[in-house]
Amino acid sequence: MSGARPPEGARGGPMDAGRLETQHEVEQFLYLQAELLDGKQWQEYIDLFTEDGHYWMPALPEQTTGEGVPSIFYEDRNLMSVRMRRIKHPDAWSQRPLWGTNHVVGNVIVEKDDAGTGELVVRSRFHMMEFRREASRHFAGSYVHHLVRTADGLRIRLQRVDLVNAQGPFEYVLQVWV
Amino acid sequence: MPDERLEARRMAGLVEPDRVHRSVYSDPAIFDLEMERIFERVWIYCGHESQVKKPGDYYTMQVGRQPMIMVRGADGTINVLYNRCPHRGTMLAGDRYGSTGEFFRCSYHAWTFHTDGRLRTIPMMESGYDGTRWNRENPDCNVKKAARVESYRGFVFASLAADGPTLAEYLGPARIAFDDMCNRAPDGEVEIVPNCFRVIQNSNWKIFLENQLDALHPSVTHQSTGRAAHEVEKDIERATGHAPLSYHMLSAFATVTIDKWDNFQTLNYPHGHCILTGYMGLRPQDPDTLEYERTLTAAYGEARKDEILSTNIHHVLIYPGLSVQSPLQQLRAVRPLGVDRTLTEIWHFRLKGAPEPIYRRALAYYNLVNSPSTLVNADDLENFWKCQQGLTANGGDWVSFHRHYGRDIAHDGMVETGPGMGTSEAPMRNQMKAWAEFMGRA
Repeated sequence: MSGARPPEGARGGPMDAGRLETQHEVEQFLYLQAELLDGKQWQEYIDLFTEDGHYWMPALPEQTTGEGVPSIFYEDRNLMSVRMRRIKHPDAWSQRPLWGTNHVVGNVIVEKDDAGTGELVVRSRFHMMEFRREASRHFAGSYVHHLVRTADGLRIRLQRVDLVNAQGPFEYVLQVWV
Repeated sequence: MPDERLEARRMAGLVEPDRVHRSVYSDPAIFDLEMERIFERVWIYCGHESQVKKPGDYYTMQVGRQPMIMVRGADGTINVLYNRCPHRGTMLAGDRYGSTGEFFRCSYHAWTFHTDGRLRTIPMMESGYDGTRWNRENPDCNVKKAARVESYRGFVFASLAADGPTLAEYLGPARIAFDDMCNRAPDGEVEIVPNCFRVIQNSNWKIFLENQLDALHPSVTHQSTGRAAHEVEKDIERATGHAPLSYHMLSAFATVTIDKWDNFQTLNYPHGHCILTGYMGLRPQDPDTLEYERTLTAAYGEARKDEILSTNIHHVLIYPGLSVQSPLQQLRAVRPLGVDRTLTEIWHFRLKGAPEPIYRRALAYYNLVNSPSTLVNADDLENFWKCQQGLTANGGDWVSFHRHYGRDIAHDGMVETGPGMGTSEAPMRNQMKAWAEFMGRA
């Protein structure tokens, strides 16, 4: 989402208790997500998504939907389940070497908080280091989370992940959600 | 005997009909010779005409070691130029693609060139160059063009050698890759979908080519994905009665067990080209397919429609650098970067005139199999890397291509695998035969 104008939530102004609480709540949610990914708790991560939720990594920054366009990832819960089961299979050769990740999430901005519908739009930035076999790789970019409030807490309807190098050549490939 | 011919004889000696010396995958000197004798001589795929729609639109790519620009000229023809200003050697196009307008302008000293490479202007040319041998009549003032450029059904190739077979002669029966893809479009042509995915393999380019038509590997390499997709496919069928076709594309890796892959067949042609038959069951009787078939019938008539849809192709390999999957409108162009590094550019296409769901089918395959988060090629890349590592070791000097050797059926200038021998290593034998012929020519 390059070129976007600064979102409303970043304009400063007085922070009332409700806004501070929401800010804290979504930050904790993003940290939980990072912990689940780094802890390889794949099913728990998938369970953060609503039944109709999608994980989307666009191929191009100007894309506005994952429908009908090439994407690096565009997965509903069923496809996420394929990816999880594949990773856990003992003969997923590319995942046999020792590997792990470390996510750091920051710059969290609540862009929209609709009390009426319970929908939130949250922007953040991430940095992820991956270690695999003998090598480290770094990925960075932005998240846009479309969240909904449910009886079980916040859930993801859409997680958009824009890698800063989405259009670059990929050395080796991405095997799990970033 | 000159050194070069001795060298050529040595190259040919590295290839035997049923085995190949490991140095052809690991020796940097051999890699340089491959670029010179194969990639910088034969027809190499540059791109599709729809990548450069308007005059001035360009795309850059490597042909062998040479940085090239494919650009639409003012008269509509497509030119392939060396990406090099004749003044001081500066690249003219620094971006991977874009539009240059009416001319290229060098960013260093503002020399300008027409999109067919001809010199347009040099700042202060008269005062600067009067009396020198650098003038408009000197062809060295123009941007050098690829020796030959031809296209087949919209797919543009360049050859950096002035002599050799025409593109149609070179492709031979492997042209069917493009015919099959275009014929499946009711309008008879395809349109590229921008942009491509690019993935680097840490292995020699030939390892990728050999894998493309290796019918023995899918059920071993891709078992984890096949099993996972099959489980979820069954879950979806239980819940809704019908799973999307994309699950079938993946689950086939597990459901088509290793013994069944022998039912596939390879057809091997001169210059190293090869066709792998087998259609992956992509003609189901769902409403989308039936609607698509109606548009094809309207365009071609019933008999021709059936002929087109029964074309039995899984993959076509066009040696030395293009793998085409025509029924799913995908292609992978191989750009060798070094003896142990290879870039693949992965593209997909729309069938012009076909209903949107048919594009979505190609797109699903593109996203799941060919994107940088591929559920399939990840395990290929792992094996390629392991091959490259193992081939540098002194644990043995030869790579075996003996599977079903001696049982190939040669006829009419081609070699086909025998019935029930689809896992034959005939395609690798055929590729290396072509390699030895190219490399043996000093």
